[in-house]
Amino acid sequence: MSELFLNSKYIGKVADGKVFVEQLISQRRNNKIPFSVNFFYNEKTDQVFVETGGGRCIRPLLVVKDGKSALTEDHIKQLEKNEIKWSDLVQQGIVEYVDSMEEENAIVSLKEENLTAEDTHLDISAIDIFGMTSSIVPFGNFNHGVRLTQGSKNQKQAVGFYAANFFARMDMDVNLLNYPQRPLVATIANDILDQDKHPCGQNIVVAIMSYKGYNMEDAIVVNKGSVERGFGRSTYYRPVLSEELRYSGGLSDEVSIPDKDVKGYRTEHDYRFLEEDGLIYAEAVVKEGDVIIGKTSPPRFLSSLEEYNLAATSRRESSNALKHGEKGVVDFVMLTESNEGNKLVQIRLRAQRIPEIGDKFTSRHGQKGVISLIVPEDDFPFTASGIKPDIIFSPHGIPSRMTVSHLIELLGGKTGALSGRYVDGTTFEGEREGDLRLELLGLGFRENGTETMYNGITGEQYQAKIFVGNMYYLKLKHMVANKIHSRARGPIQLLTRQPTEGRAKEGGLRLGEMEKDTFVAHGASLLLKERFDSDKTEVPVCENCGLIGVFDTRKNMFHCPVCGDNVEISNVEMSYAFKLILDEFKSLTIYPKLGLKNKY
Amino acid sequence: MKRELLEFKDKLPLKILEELEQGLPDKASPARIKKIADRVYEEYRSSLAEPGECVGLVTAESIGEPGTQMTLNTFHFAGVSEMNVTTGLPRLIEILDARKTISTEMMEIFLNKPYSRGKEIKNIAEGLKETTLKEYIKSISINVAETRMRIELKDQKLKDVNLNPAKVGRILHKSLKGFDFKVEKDGAMRIKASGDDALNMIYRVKEKIKDIYIHGVKGITQVLPVKRGEEYVIVTAGTNLKEVYKLPFVDITRTTSNNITEVEKFLGIEAARKAIVKEILKVLKDQGISIDHRHILLVSDAMTMSGKVLGVSRYGIVKEKPSVLARASFETPIRHIINASMVGEKDELNSVIENVMINQPVPIGTGLPGLITKKRVDEKKK
Repeated sequence: MSELFLNSKYIGKVADGKVFVEQLISQRRNNKIPFSVNFFYNEKTDQVFVETGGGRCIRPLLVVKDGKSALTEDHIKQLEKNEIKWSDLVQQGIVEYVDSMEEENAIVSLKEENLTAEDTHLDISAIDIFGMTSSIVPFGNFNHGVRLTQGSKNQKQAVGFYAANFFARMDMDVNLLNYPQRPLVATIANDILDQDKHPCGQNIVVAIMSYKGYNMEDAIVVNKGSVERGFGRSTYYRPVLSEELRYSGGLSDEVSIPDKDVKGYRTEHDYRFLEEDGLIYAEAVVKEGDVIIGKTSPPRFLSSLEEYNLAATSRRESSNALKHGEKGVVDFVMLTESNEGNKLVQIRLRAQRIPEIGDKFTSRHGQKGVISLIVPEDDFPFTASGIKPDIIFSPHGIPSRMTVSHLIELLGGKTGALSGRYVDGTTFEGEREGDLRLELLGLGFRENGTETMYNGITGEQYQAKIFVGNMYYLKLKHMVANKIHSRARGPIQLLTRQPTEGRAKEGGLRLGEMEKDTFVAHGASLLLKERFDSDKTEVPVCENCGLIGVFDTRKNMFHCPVCGDNVEISNVEMSYAFKLILDEFKSLTIYPKLGLKNKY
Repeated sequence: MKRELLEFKDKLPLKILEELEQGLPDKASPARIKKIADRVYEEYRSSLAEPGECVGLVTAESIGEPGTQMTLNTFHFAGVSEMNVTTGLPRLIEILDARKTISTEMMEIFLNKPYSRGKEIKNIAEGLKETTLKEYIKSISINVAETRMRIELKDQKLKDVNLNPAKVGRILHKSLKGFDFKVEKDGAMRIKASGDDALNMIYRVKEKIKDIYIHGVKGITQVLPVKRGEEYVIVTAGTNLKEVYKLPFVDITRTTSNNITEVEKFLGIEAARKAIVKEILKVLKDQGISIDHRHILLVSDAMTMSGKVLGVSRYGIVKEKPSVLARASFETPIRHIINASMVGEKDELNSVIENVMINQPVPIGTGLPGLITKKRVDEKKK
């Protein structure tokens, strides 16, 4: 007797679980039970599980009977003629959906030629073992598994054409590739995912060679001509929104050009783009500090103050302005209503991103790199037929990583570009490398893809034959324009008087504890002191009580709030953070007494 | 020693002098010897740490950086089979924290001659292992009617460790008070209980009796004789230096444990210091990391200089730091500050961290020297 569970709930017992499950499965294959119901017999515990619930992951597999696939040549012919459909295959029990539990008892063969008598199922295609992104890596079966996952991770960050209605959308942090192309070498998954409707890269000519050492460590050298013709050009969109919030007491925010007597008024110059409604106009070219939505808010803590103090009723400035380092063009201005019925302003900013040094690019094989040099087209190496590559890729990236698919795509891309067709690079089932080579030979090129190349500066012929081909390259969303940051002087925090943190606040670059240790280890004591001078202050210290004194600038004299005027008070140099911690000790009722002595 | 070298006796360490003397050419003239010795002295001087060099921090960096490359949590079989030994980072942390109980206690027992040549090595090794009664029991039969239990023992096993039923009987007798205990003629043990609860007592004692210690060194759970070159060494899992040192065939001068606390207890602080060095070097060698051994000497000195082994932690050597601010900056600042305030502790600002905090030059390297000349206070001119 086996226990029977329906959707993980015990409902009773059956005589023989194994036979029971076999019968049910064969009934499902005969279309008497819905295809989404799964049966699992656990031999060890002698339990039968029947699952019908939603939210289970089920995957289709071909049924295997007596070591032969249930899908025959006849079926394929019928499918090709459109006489039968997928649903017919499911109804006929040729394809069945298996969930994670039923999968436990299934023995699935990856390829038809490997079928044995033991196997119960067959994968529809070998590419089924991959996920969505790793299945769009062409010739992935030539690679290390790690490279495949890395390559698919990179693809997720690619700048592409994400939605055709982008113009009407207000998405955060959008990058659009200006001239997207469909890949020359693609996989079946490319069609299944409808990638042709939202491509994410460009087909370019890649030469694998070094260029004056500029492509060390995965860096890529880019042809300036290509950049000028639109390679890797993208647009960055960022929305700014502002809502007229309502507060207690019938007060609310107001979108308008702020009056000059408003608290926190910027300069007139900053508001110059605003029109009468307090909004900027479309196509205005703005840069950091420029106000795009003018807004004022009612004063804070009004309820307790209004009766006593008329002066405090002045409104506060709360406009939206461009932050440090931002620039762009106003793309779209929208005036609407929020869910609460408040006035809502949305403005979309646009900025063109032309490839520059430091921008990140990748092929589909986990071969990412940043631009290290943009070389004028005249200086770029060229082939005997006058082709100038768009990118020079370093040969050192290949041997240790063993991304053979990278090389085969290059070869396939070249064949495809020359013969004017798309090349199938489906993993396990793509076109054969040998065929591609032969076709290339027939097109009048060397079958291994190499070409004679010439130095673009001197015109001399390179001794080595250079491997050149076409390849699908992706621009990744990490661009220097969003990340570049430096600071010499700048804003400090109110509490500690130390530099602010982060790029958006024009912050400093922290020299942390371990970095400090390196200074100490070198014995560079005075250099270390100078490095940590950012919050240096001079504090008057009373030599009698050891607490911090006061310097009265009007009387031009020191006094101690504890001991009075007639005590010795000296200025002591210390970090403001230390003064702060002394104050915090005092708040804990701990008396931090400073003992002074002459340094010399 | 040669006369020319004698004048370097105070300048150079003895070991270098000896090496130098051996390395001198046979026909070297006194002038030439002097020249060579001068050169050696110069080299020696230049390889010493400069005054003000931050040796502790360099040590920390030198151990810390390769530490990041050590495979985290590697528990694997180290060399000898059967024994699972903690190595790598977990072991290093264990040593530096000066843990009282460590995850794999081990001893290396060296033997005196002739045992070190392999004489009766198997018997000796087996004899060290802690055994309880259950390992000698062949069968237990209980007579319910007479509330009596009969235990038959494995003769061969007893013989292996030089025991007989009578001896076992004596051991058992001590821990079986309240029972009628007797060793029968055929070597079986007979235990009889009386009273109302007799049967229950028999059943209870049946389980208890199995864990009675019979033979071997307490704490040693596994033994493994290993041949090291010509010599046989017994590697054990579990340690008990106190008992092992009492055994006649053990070479006390070389037998050690990897438990530093135990080494400190039985051999003293100097031995503990050496043990720390040895254990750290063992871990590093295992991981294929080379660190100058002077760094490790410094760490072990720091851990043992107070006279007892202290870990590199908030309860160990950090607690010994004289500066309040330095202690507070490490861990649990509030507790340190509050404790300091209760006794009115004074911080002399003598070390690095405090001076970084108050933004003063740290007394290391260029920050160490001061002016010798005092500022002249000219009272008369006033």
